[in-house]
Amino acid sequence: MIGALFRRELRSYFATPVAYVFIVIFLILMGMFTFYLGRFYEQGQADLRAFFNFHPWLYLFLVPAIAMRLWAEERKTGSIELLMTLPITPWQAVLGKYLAAWAFTGIALALTFPIWITVNYLGDPDNGAIFAGYIGSLLMAGGFLAIGACLSALTTNQVIAFVLSVVICFGFLLSGLPLVMAVFQAWAPQFLVDTVASLSFLTHFANISRGVIDFRDLIYFGLVIGTFLYANTIVLQWKQAD
Amino acid sequence: MIETDGLTKRYGHHTVVDDLTFRCEPGEVLGFLGPNGAGKSTTMKMITGFVAPSSGRALVCGHDVQSDGLEARRRIGYLPEGAPCYAEMTPGTFLEFIADVRGLEGARRRERIDEVIGRLHLEGVLEQSIDTLSKGFKRRVGLAQAILHDPDLLILDEPTDGLDPNQKHEVRQLIRSMSAEKLIVISTHILEEVEAVCSRAIIIANGRILVDDTPAALAARSPSGRLDDVFRQITQGEAA
Repeated sequence: MIGALFRRELRSYFATPVAYVFIVIFLILMGMFTFYLGRFYEQGQADLRAFFNFHPWLYLFLVPAIAMRLWAEERKTGSIELLMTLPITPWQAVLGKYLAAWAFTGIALALTFPIWITVNYLGDPDNGAIFAGYIGSLLMAGGFLAIGACLSALTTNQVIAFVLSVVICFGFLLSGLPLVMAVFQAWAPQFLVDTVASLSFLTHFANISRGVIDFRDLIYFGLVIGTFLYANTIVLQWKQAD
Repeated sequence: MIETDGLTKRYGHHTVVDDLTFRCEPGEVLGFLGPNGAGKSTTMKMITGFVAPSSGRALVCGHDVQSDGLEARRRIGYLPEGAPCYAEMTPGTFLEFIADVRGLEGARRRERIDEVIGRLHLEGVLEQSIDTLSKGFKRRVGLAQAILHDPDLLILDEPTDGLDPNQKHEVRQLIRSMSAEKLIVISTHILEEVEAVCSRAIIIANGRILVDDTPAALAARSPSGRLDDVFRQITQGEAA
């Protein structure tokens, strides 16, 4: 069941210009960020830090753009009625759609491989660390995507779904930065400050992309994804009873 | 086969379907009749499990559509109102997708797909994306999807809406040809359709059953013997 849904969804990206526009923009922006803002050449180091540093910020806008259509479009065209009256459970529907969208971002990410070739041509990088960076990036995209999918189920309006996802993803990104921490440190007990800090995508992504795949970071992303997908099924059932 | 017990749907203070209780059996073609907004579509959405009732319940082949929805949905073929589809797909890939989700495999999968393509004359448009198809073809793709797994129960929400007279005729023939061994429930506000295909008609207005009878007995209620006179008399009498 999930396989059939997954294949249908993934194919539908490539049946419309969505996939091609997204991939081209994604690759162009990646390149611009890495070479101009990240000063990849000037740093003169054989690693991909300049490349991975910008992933969170690029995902902040591009992943909600993928996620916003997941459910909102189904609701708008009415095809959700077809989908949910097929003999599948809400979990299967949520997982099938989510995994297809995640695979799609994975494809876009994999197409950045020329940068990996470049850095290997120019120097002798730690390919293990680069591999870890890709894993971390994919997990972070998965986290953003789960948040966006859940919010997309709340509305028929894709613009609302997009804006809400960006805001919530932004919160998850920033929760480890001094900007947010200062707000909490003023009044909150230390454990709450630590909890908020531990929710940060940036911290966990930074850990992984340094080349250390820590079990805790994997669990963190797993929990974020699981929680929001679960919320997604709740939203679907709640809309059904509404 | 279908059994509803006090099926009710409220949106806020507005009651769309009000305490609907009826049952029907295979071999019947049940027509849901009523003015727009009478609660026909909402009733069908509750029987297929897409909308959860506010109170009451619906059973399909003995399975509660809410608590045992998966089993109920396996037995239903459903054409939602307006025949929504995945517009970017072609009818061919769309039917293959439905077959996979419905768990059809091997030779039977191919056989069923070919059968519905033939029955609904989709051969010429298999490779075209659905959003480029005419309204009539889209409706037929929706019907093909609904009958693909040869369900015991067919629920068709306005199956002939927007079709030309020839297409309407074909869809009615299709319904009649399947009516012997299945239970078919259609909703419509076209009265000639009820006379043409239904063995039983339920007129609902404001979410309540006003009449439950055979089309012939219904027509006999008016001196003119015409169904639309009866319909007007019953539904407007209720409104007054």
